[in-house]
Amino acid sequence: MAQVRLDHISKTFASGDDQVRAVDDVTLDIEHHEFMILLGPSGCGKSTLLRVVAGLEDPTAGDVYIGDRRVNDVVPKERDIAMAFQRYALYPHKTVAANIEFPLKVRGVGRAERAAEALRAAEVLGLEHHMKRKPGQLSGGQRQRVALARAIVRNPAVFLMDEPLSNLDAKLRGDTRAELVDLHRRIDSTFIYVTHDPVEAMTMGSRVAVLNEGRLQQVGTPQEVYDRPATAFVAQFIGTPPMNLLPAGLWGSDTVQVGIRPEHLRLVPGGPLHAVVRQVEHLGHEVLLFADANGTRLVSRIDPNSFVPEVGDPVAFDAEPGRLHRFHPESGERIE
Amino acid sequence: MKRRLRDVPWAVVMLLPSVVLIAVWTVYPLVKAVQNGHLRCDVTGTKCIDAGWGRYWDVFISAEFQHALGVSLKLMALTVPAGLVLGVGLAVLADKHLRGIGIFRTIFSSTVATSVAVASLVWFVLLQPQIGVFADLFSGWFPVLKNPGLLNDPGTALLAVAFSSIWANLGFTFIIVTAALQSVPRDLYESAYVDGAGNVRRFTNVTLPMIAPTLLFVTVVLTTRALQTYGEIALLTGGGPNPEKSTTTIPYLIYGRNSIISGDLGTKSAAAVLLFVLSLALALVQFRGLDKRVHYGR
Amino acid sequence: MAADTVRGVRKVGRYTLLVVLAVIVLFPIYAVVLQALKTGPDSLDHPRSLLPVDLTLSTIKAAWTQGNLGRLLMNSVFVSVMVTLGVVLTSLLAAYAFAFLQFPLKGPIFVLFLATMLVPAEVTVVINERTADSLGWINSYQGLIVPSLASTFGIFLVRQVFLQLPGELREAAALDGVGHVRFLWEVAAPLSRPTLGALGLFTFLGTWNAYLWPSQVIRGDRAHETVQIGLERLKNNDISKINLVTGGLVVAALPIFIMLVLFQRQLVRGLTAGAVKG
Repeated sequence: MAQVRLDHISKTFASGDDQVRAVDDVTLDIEHHEFMILLGPSGCGKSTLLRVVAGLEDPTAGDVYIGDRRVNDVVPKERDIAMAFQRYALYPHKTVAANIEFPLKVRGVGRAERAAEALRAAEVLGLEHHMKRKPGQLSGGQRQRVALARAIVRNPAVFLMDEPLSNLDAKLRGDTRAELVDLHRRIDSTFIYVTHDPVEAMTMGSRVAVLNEGRLQQVGTPQEVYDRPATAFVAQFIGTPPMNLLPAGLWGSDTVQVGIRPEHLRLVPGGPLHAVVRQVEHLGHEVLLFADANGTRLVSRIDPNSFVPEVGDPVAFDAEPGRLHRFHPESGERIE
Repeated sequence: MKRRLRDVPWAVVMLLPSVVLIAVWTVYPLVKAVQNGHLRCDVTGTKCIDAGWGRYWDVFISAEFQHALGVSLKLMALTVPAGLVLGVGLAVLADKHLRGIGIFRTIFSSTVATSVAVASLVWFVLLQPQIGVFADLFSGWFPVLKNPGLLNDPGTALLAVAFSSIWANLGFTFIIVTAALQSVPRDLYESAYVDGAGNVRRFTNVTLPMIAPTLLFVTVVLTTRALQTYGEIALLTGGGPNPEKSTTTIPYLIYGRNSIISGDLGTKSAAAVLLFVLSLALALVQFRGLDKRVHYGR
Repeated sequence: MAADTVRGVRKVGRYTLLVVLAVIVLFPIYAVVLQALKTGPDSLDHPRSLLPVDLTLSTIKAAWTQGNLGRLLMNSVFVSVMVTLGVVLTSLLAAYAFAFLQFPLKGPIFVLFLATMLVPAEVTVVINERTADSLGWINSYQGLIVPSLASTFGIFLVRQVFLQLPGELREAAALDGVGHVRFLWEVAAPLSRPTLGALGLFTFLGTWNAYLWPSQVIRGDRAHETVQIGLERLKNNDISKINLVTGGLVVAALPIFIMLVLFQRQLVRGLTAGAVKG
């Protein structure tokens, strides 16, 4: 049983004379066989956090537990983890088979068993016909699958992935997402997956941990995070186009920020929010309406078969009942 | 904290061989030579007294050192500009896509494989007054080749050494400059061509500025090699002809078998340190002087 | 049409110039080889024409036996191979430490290493000869080999290559529990093979061709002489047998010329790696 527990983890780096706080007091419980996504913009500390779990970085403060064991002083190879890197980190001079076998070879596994295990891992990822090739002869997607195979070959308790799809093109990224979810279903490892892409987080994660500036913003299922963002940052980071955030005073109370997702902002004649249409984007299955309300930019997602106003038209909006989010104007925290 | 120091035992083990070797065979002899340079020894070379830093000045202004310094500088003047021009010329000439150009490149590179001993002895044989090919071929124009022989005439011996050096270094210069030429982006030539620049203009406005850092490097290397010329002297002339000692360079003054200071560790050390300082100073001057005119382009 | 003719004339002109220059550059070698092949060893004989006719191997054979050249070649091969292996090994180890390990004062220590590149052999040989003497290494293989076993240039060169390897490779290996020795041997070294080859070739040539140090550390011991020192002895022995030197030259230079032709690319890489520092 490999649950992972991060207990008040902080990590600071010296940068010249300054101290940069990459991870700031993060506490996170990851359950056995979870698919946990660490999500945030670049520089938010998500990769550092993953590397702390891996043992590639020591935390400045706090404890890391894998299973019931505190692993702060355990070297990476004894943590029962595997990791897939953004740029694959394959050994270019070794064949696919040798790459996948390598972790076993290091552990002194016999030749025959090694080959069998490597073949099994390769089959899981559909690589069994490429075993004799070298990484340079493979496509980006195939290389990434080799990296994944190399990681799963020794049945790690925890499987760490650092933006493994970011070097793939859009089509391949979509396919590989589905494959990863499938892989997760078939093996018993706990997955921790770092990404800056909310779509990956929404589609793959059993839970999502959103980070910003080293701090943990919210942990929850994708739907929870989407439906009830804990901070204004989470609200805007997840969802495309991002949630409309109206400054205090524009609508309702003078003391709270109000957030409305584009699909919940409806054109309602005589509605409380007045704006002027600035741009209309026809996407086929929907129309995005960009409007200006007293200097605040609004986005609304509407049905192409309904009435679509034109650029320059004055319009009025209202929010779908129960779909308003309120945030504290300074701290950005959610107000119920 | 622990992570920072975890690698230390490994670093020690891995650096130890190099550190020990370099300490014993490079750093220690340098320090020791600087110390020994203070020593003034009697004629037998057995009794020495510490004469302090002033000893370096004494050695520097001594007649032997001044003479050797003059020979070394003359050799430098004979070999560096000529070697540079010839090497660059060959490289530019061979920097074209012609059928069979690879063979010419190999030929022009070939002298890089000759050792100091081989190159010197090749020229030693060729310049022999009785049996040498040059005497056979050219003594009609240059009687000195036959009598007393280029290497045996005090006025021409250093020139003969210079020929040998230039020839031996040609391959090195050619290879380095060729590599530099090949790294010049072709579109620069094309753009200059479209702008109507002719061959000469393209060479002075595109090629030269682009390979300037390499030329600087080659110049420094050739200068250093000229100052460190020892083997050529030992094998071609033995520092002679005597009594003029017309080819006794500083290194030959220090290491030559029949050198006047060969038994005197103090003077030898002082001369070696002076040679080091001299080559370092020249390299610095070249870098500073030429650096301003050199663009390390990106 | 006219432009084609001009181009054609230019091409012929360029080829002519190239051939003339190639002949000039090669002439000294050609003349010496010819002298070795056209004359007997014992005379002051010399070729009357530059045409390769009436060739004989007698001079080369005589040089081989009288100069003990077989033994000297073996000495040179042994010394050069040992130094090459040693330099590649010490450079790999030190470069690994500078590229992949964390330790205090790494930067300053590296700068100190680099600074020693400035010290030429001409300065250190004065004292090194004494050191070798006090170790009893005069006239020995150790004396020829050990002082050259570390190369700052080699460390610098290999470190550059190591630093260009993706850092993730080392991290991925660390997660798999790959130790430093195994990573160096199975990953870092194989991936640096072209550079190691260039360094090896460069070191081999430098050692084979070395003159100053061998001339000081070998004092007339014919059992340990290298070819370069042997050539000098051949020349000094008997000035009337100057043709023997030509035979010795052919024997001494031939292996290196073959190497040059075979490994030209690696040699160029090694040489230019030194030039890109600027």
